[in-house]
Amino acid sequence: MSEKIANTSDTQANAAASATYQQWRLLKDALAGYGVVAGGMAVIVAVVMIFFYLLYVVYPLFVPATAQELKRYLVPQPQAGKTLLLATEEQNEVAARFTQSGQIIFFQLATGDVLKTLKIAIPDGVQITSFAQGSPLNDGIVAYGLSNGTAIVLRNQYKTTYPDNVRVITPAISYPLGEQAVVLDDSGAAINKIAVKSNSDGTVIVAQSADKLRVVSLAKEESLFADESALARTESVLTPSIANITQLLLEKEGNTLYVLSDDKLLSIVDLSDKASPVLVQALELVGQGQKITAASFLNGDLSLMIGDSSGHVAQWTKVRAANNKQAIQKIRDFKVADKPVLQIVAEQRRKGFITVDAAGDVGVYNSTAERELIKQPIGITPMDSIALSPRADAFLLQFNDGSLQYWQLQNEHPEVSFRSLWQQVWYESYPKPDYIWQSSASNNDFEPKYSLIPLVFGTLKAAFYAMLIATPLALLGAMYTAYFMAPPMRQYVKPAIELMGALPTVILGFLAGLWLAPFIEEHLSGLFAMLIIVPLGVMGFAFAWQYLPKSLQQKMPEGCEALLLVPVILVSAWLAFAISVPMEAWLFNGTLRDWFKNEWGIGYDQRNALVVGFAMGFAVIPSIFSIAEDAIFSVPKSLTVGSLALGATPWQTMSKVVLLTASPGIFSAVMIGLGRAVGETMIVLMATGNTPVMDVSIFQGLRTLAANIAVEMPESEVGSSHYRILFLTALVLFMFTFIFNTLAEVIRQRLREKYSSL
Amino acid sequence: MIRLWFKSGSPWIWLTAAAVSACLIMVLGVLSLVTIRGLGHFWPANVARIDYQEPGGQQQTIIGEIVDTSSTPAIMARSAGYKMADGETDLLQYQLKTGNRDLTGADFRWIQARHIKQQDYPENLTVIERREWGNFYGEPIAVKEEGKTIATGAAALAIALDKMAEAKLLIDEIKQLEKNEIGKINYAIDHLRLQQKKLELENRWDAAAQQQLAAEKAVYETSYKALQDKLAGLYAQTKRSSLVMKTESGVEADIPFFKIVRIYQPNTMSVLAKLSHYFSKVGEFLADDPREANTEGGIFPAIFGTIVMVLMMSVIVTPFGVIAAVYLREYAKQGFTTRLIRIAVNNLAGVPSVVYGVFGLGFFVYILGGNIDRLFFPEYAPAPVFGTPGLLWASITLALLTLPVVIVSTEEGLARIPSAIREGSLALGATKFETLWQTVLPMASPAMMTGLILAVARAAGEVAPLMLVGVVKLAPALPLDGNAPFLHLDRKFMHLGFHIYDVGFQSPNVEAARPLVYATSLLLVLVIVALNLAAIVIRNNLREKYRALEG
Repeated sequence: MSEKIANTSDTQANAAASATYQQWRLLKDALAGYGVVAGGMAVIVAVVMIFFYLLYVVYPLFVPATAQELKRYLVPQPQAGKTLLLATEEQNEVAARFTQSGQIIFFQLATGDVLKTLKIAIPDGVQITSFAQGSPLNDGIVAYGLSNGTAIVLRNQYKTTYPDNVRVITPAISYPLGEQAVVLDDSGAAINKIAVKSNSDGTVIVAQSADKLRVVSLAKEESLFADESALARTESVLTPSIANITQLLLEKEGNTLYVLSDDKLLSIVDLSDKASPVLVQALELVGQGQKITAASFLNGDLSLMIGDSSGHVAQWTKVRAANNKQAIQKIRDFKVADKPVLQIVAEQRRKGFITVDAAGDVGVYNSTAERELIKQPIGITPMDSIALSPRADAFLLQFNDGSLQYWQLQNEHPEVSFRSLWQQVWYESYPKPDYIWQSSASNNDFEPKYSLIPLVFGTLKAAFYAMLIATPLALLGAMYTAYFMAPPMRQYVKPAIELMGALPTVILGFLAGLWLAPFIEEHLSGLFAMLIIVPLGVMGFAFAWQYLPKSLQQKMPEGCEALLLVPVILVSAWLAFAISVPMEAWLFNGTLRDWFKNEWGIGYDQRNALVVGFAMGFAVIPSIFSIAEDAIFSVPKSLTVGSLALGATPWQTMSKVVLLTASPGIFSAVMIGLGRAVGETMIVLMATGNTPVMDVSIFQGLRTLAANIAVEMPESEVGSSHYRILFLTALVLFMFTFIFNTLAEVIRQRLREKYSSL
Repeated sequence: MIRLWFKSGSPWIWLTAAAVSACLIMVLGVLSLVTIRGLGHFWPANVARIDYQEPGGQQQTIIGEIVDTSSTPAIMARSAGYKMADGETDLLQYQLKTGNRDLTGADFRWIQARHIKQQDYPENLTVIERREWGNFYGEPIAVKEEGKTIATGAAALAIALDKMAEAKLLIDEIKQLEKNEIGKINYAIDHLRLQQKKLELENRWDAAAQQQLAAEKAVYETSYKALQDKLAGLYAQTKRSSLVMKTESGVEADIPFFKIVRIYQPNTMSVLAKLSHYFSKVGEFLADDPREANTEGGIFPAIFGTIVMVLMMSVIVTPFGVIAAVYLREYAKQGFTTRLIRIAVNNLAGVPSVVYGVFGLGFFVYILGGNIDRLFFPEYAPAPVFGTPGLLWASITLALLTLPVVIVSTEEGLARIPSAIREGSLALGATKFETLWQTVLPMASPAMMTGLILAVARAAGEVAPLMLVGVVKLAPALPLDGNAPFLHLDRKFMHLGFHIYDVGFQSPNVEAARPLVYATSLLLVLVIVALNLAAIVIRNNLREKYRALEG
C-alpha cells in the first residue's frame, strides 16, 4: 500500500520534474547556442583587436602637434629692466627672467607670481654690454659681458625636493668661475659680444672687445693636495680679426667657434688649440640682398640654424667633403614666413626648433623629419623674447607691451614623418642623404635615424633568397608527390616533409648560424658546384636508367623514383664538394671568397643572405609544399584520365592539364610561403649579422623588420617614438601577411568551388 | 635520341622526383645532425697527452680531448697564411678542449697535426668537472684536509671520490637550506612588508596591526638568524678539504671538493663504465639546474618552464578553439560570416609570431597587466606584478597564436562525422546541444586531441613572441613552488627554445656552450617530432574509423 502511494507521488513528481526538465533542456540548448556563436565571433574579434590595437599604438605618431595658450599675465618686476633671456625649468613650474640690470627674477610659470629675485655682483658704474647663453643649453650656463672688459659666468639650476611628498622646486645659481668677474680685456674695453661653454673640464669664453676677438680658456687642473682645483688660464687673440661681428656661437666641446658678421658672413674658427685659434673657413650664408636675422645651434651643436630676412631657416652642418676635410654645407631649408625670421630657439633634447618671425607667427619645426609642426599666429607684435621649456612641451612669449603669454605644446613625435620613415634623409655629419636605421646611441644629443627602408629591404632580400630556394623545390616536389608518387609511399613522404614545418625555427636558426654559416664559408665553391653537379647527376642517372635491363627496371615499383634518387643525390653532392677544392685552387688560384673579393670587390660576411636563404627556404618549403600538393592532388581524376586517354604522356597531362587547373592553388601556396618568409623571426635573427645595411650582395648580412622588433622591442621605452615606430613595423608586417593570406584564402575557396562543380 | 627522351617528358618527372628526394634528405640530414651532435655531448672522450712543438717554438705538453678535426687543402692554407712544405697536400688541424680556463684563460685551442711529436693516453689523466671555470684536466697529486696532506699519488683518487661524496651531501644540505627554508622565510618577510604597505594604503596601519606584524616578523627573523648560522657552519665545513692537481705545465692547483661535480679518468674507463657515466650525465642534463651562465649543468628549469607554460596555454586555447570550430561546423549557416571567420582564422595562422609578441607585450602586459596592478596590487608599487612580462601573458599570447591550429583540426574532425549520426540523435528527441555534447563532441575528441597536440608542439618551439612576453635567460625561481599560491602566474620563466637562442648566441663562451645547445636542440626536436607523429597517428586512426562508419 505504502509502496503504491510512493509510486504515485513519484509519478507526479516525475511529471513535474519532467516539465521543468524539458524547460531546462531547452534553456541549456539556447544558452549553448548563444555561447557557441559568441565563441565563433570571438575569432573575428581577436583578429580585429590585434589590428586595432596596433593601430591604436601607432596612431599618436600621426597626430598633428598643437599649441594652446594657457595663461597671460604681465611681466614680473618690469622695473628690473629689459629681458635678456627667458627660461623655464623641466617641470614647467618655475620660469626665470634675466634682465639688463643683472637681476634674475624667478616666477611661477602658471601665475606670474615672483618667487625670488637675485642680483649678480656688478661693480658700480659698470653696465652689462653683452649676454649669452652657454652651451649646452640644458646646463643653464649664462655669461654677462661687462663694460669694463670683464665677464661673469653663472649657472642657473633647480633643486627638486619632496618635503611631505610634495614637489618643491627651488631655483639656485652658482658661479663656476667664482663670483668675481673674470678679466678678459686688460685694457678695460667693453665686451661687445660674448660666447661661453662650461662643463666639468673647464670653461671657454670667447669675447669681442675693441674690435678684437679674444679666446680665454680656463681649464680645470686636478691638484693632488689642494681641495679646490686650480684653473689653468690660456688666452689668445684671433688674427686677423673679424669686423662687424653680430653673433658668436661656441659649440659645446669648445673646439669650434662660429662667428657671424656683416649680416651675411659665417667664419669658422678652429679652437682646438686655445693658444692659437685658426680661421678655417669663411663663407656667405645668404643670397644677394638678404641678411642673417637669427642663428642658433641645433641640439648637439653639430648644426647651425640660420634664419634670414627672406623668411627662410637653413640648416648648415659640417660634412666630410671629397678631400676628407670637413666643410660646412647647407643640408636643409625651411620656408618659415615671407617676413624676416626674428628668433630661433632650439629644443634641448631633440632636433627641433621654434621660430618667431616678423609677421607675428610662432613656428615649431623638426629638422630631421623636415616638418613644420605648428604655425601659430600670435597676433600681438612685436615680440620681445621667447623661451622653450627643456622638454619642449611649453613656451613663453614676452611682448613689447609688457605682457607674457604661457603656451602649452603637444608635440610628442615630431621626428616621425612620411619623409623620415620612407625617404632619404640628410642626417647631421653624413656626406649625403641616405636611408639609415639607427634607433639609439649612448649620448643624449644623438639624432635617431628611423628610415624603414633598410629594414624593408632586408626583409624582402631575405624572403627573396628563401623563396628562390624554396619555391622550385617545394613545387616540383608537390607535383611529384601528388601525381607521380606511389600512394603507399606518399603516405609517408607527405607527413615527413610536413614535419619540416613543425621543426622549431629556433633550431633551424641555431644550425644556420653556428653550423651552416661556417660550413658555407669554408665550402662556398662546393656549394656552387653542387647546384650544377646534382641536377646533372640526376639527369645522367635518369638517362642511364632506361638502358638498364628490363628485369632490373621492373623490380622498382612505379612511382618510387624519389627513393632511387636519394643515393644519387648524396653521391653527386659528395662529388661536388670533393672536386670543388682542386677546381677552386685551379680556377681561382685560392679560395672563391678571395676571388670574389679581389676581382669583384664583393666582401663576404659569414652570416649572410645565402645562409638565410637556405635556412629560411627550409622552413618555407613545407608551407608551400603542403598547400600546392593538396591543390594538385585534388584535381578531379576525370580530367587527368581524360587527358591520358586522349594519348597525352603523363608529363603532358601534368604540365598542360593538371598544373593549369591547379594553378590558383599553387599561386596561393606561394603567397602563403612568402607571407611566412617575410614574418619569420628567429632564423633571420640568428643567421644574419642583423646589420641594417642595404646591399644586394648575397654574401652580405641584413636586418629584417621582424628581427628588428625582436632585438629592439625589449629595450624600447613605452610610449616613445621608437616604441611606436616598432609597433608601426609590426603593423606593416601584419598588413602584409593579412593581404597575402586573405588573397590566398579567397583564391583557395574559389578553387574548391570550382573543383566541386567539376 | 636525347631529344626523343626529352620529348617523352620522363626527365622532367625524374627532376620532380629529385626535388622530393632533396627535401627528404634535408629533413633527415637536419634530424641526424642534431641527433649525432646532441647525443655525442655526454660521452666521456679519452684525454690525450700531446707533445707539441711549433717550428721555432719550445716543446710543450698539452692535455685535452680532441673535439674537432679540420683539413684544409694546401693552397688554401697557404692563402690563409700558413707555411706549407712542398710535399704537403693538406693541413690537418685538431681542436683540443684543454679546460683549465682559470689558469690559461681559454677552454679550447687549435693545434696542427704535423707539429705533434708524440701522442698517448696515460691512465692517470683525470678530468674534473667543476662548478666554476669549466673542466680541469691534470693528474691528481694529493688530498688535503685542513692544510694537511692525507693521501698522495694513486691512493689520492680513491680518497678524493669519498671526499667528493661527502662534499656533495654538504652541498645538498646547503642547497636545501638556501633554496627552500631561507627562500620560504624571505618570501614570508616580503609578504609582511607588502601587508604593511597595504594596511598603510588603506589607513589601517594602527598600533594593533603594527604590533602583530612586528611579532610575526620577529619570529621569522629569529629562525632566519638560526638558519644563517647553520649555513655559515656548513660553508666552513666545505672549505676544509681539497684536491691538489697538477696541470700539464706542472702548475699545481688546489681544488676544494665542494667545487667538484665529478672526477673521472676516461682513459681507464671500460665501455660499460663510460655508458654509466653517459647516462648519469644525461640524467644531470635533464634534472639539474644550469651552471656557469647556462653553459654547463642541466636544463631542468627550462624544461619545467616550457611544460608549465604549455599546460597553461592548453587550458586556455582548447575551449576557445573547440567552440569556434563547433560554431563554424554545427551552428553557423555556411555563408558570408563563416567565410569571414575562415579568413580570420587563416590570418591568425599567417600573422608572424613576433607580431603576437608585440601585441601581447603592448596589450596584455602594459594595458591589462598595468590595470590589474593598479586595481589589485597597489601595495607592490612601483614594482610591477602583472604589469611586466610573465607566465600568464606568455600563455595567453601563445594561446592566441595556436588558436587556428585547434580550430582547423577540430573542424576537420567535425566535418568527418557522418550527418546520419547527428540526424539520428535529433530524431530521437535530443536537443541540438545534447546531440553535440553526447554524440558529436565525443566522436570528435580525437580530432580535438590532434589539434591540441599540434598546438602544444607549436608552442613548445616558438621563441620570438616569448622573448617579448615573459621568457628570461635565468629565472630565479620556478613558476610552481611550495609557497602559496603555489602557481605564480606573474613570474618569469625559462623556455627550451629561448635557452637555445640565448646559450647559442648570447653566451660569452659559445664554443664551450655549443654541445649543450645541440643536446637541448635534440631534446626539443624529439619532443616536437614525437608530438607531431602522435597527432598524425591519431588523425589517421580517426579517418579510418569514419571511413568504416560511412561504409
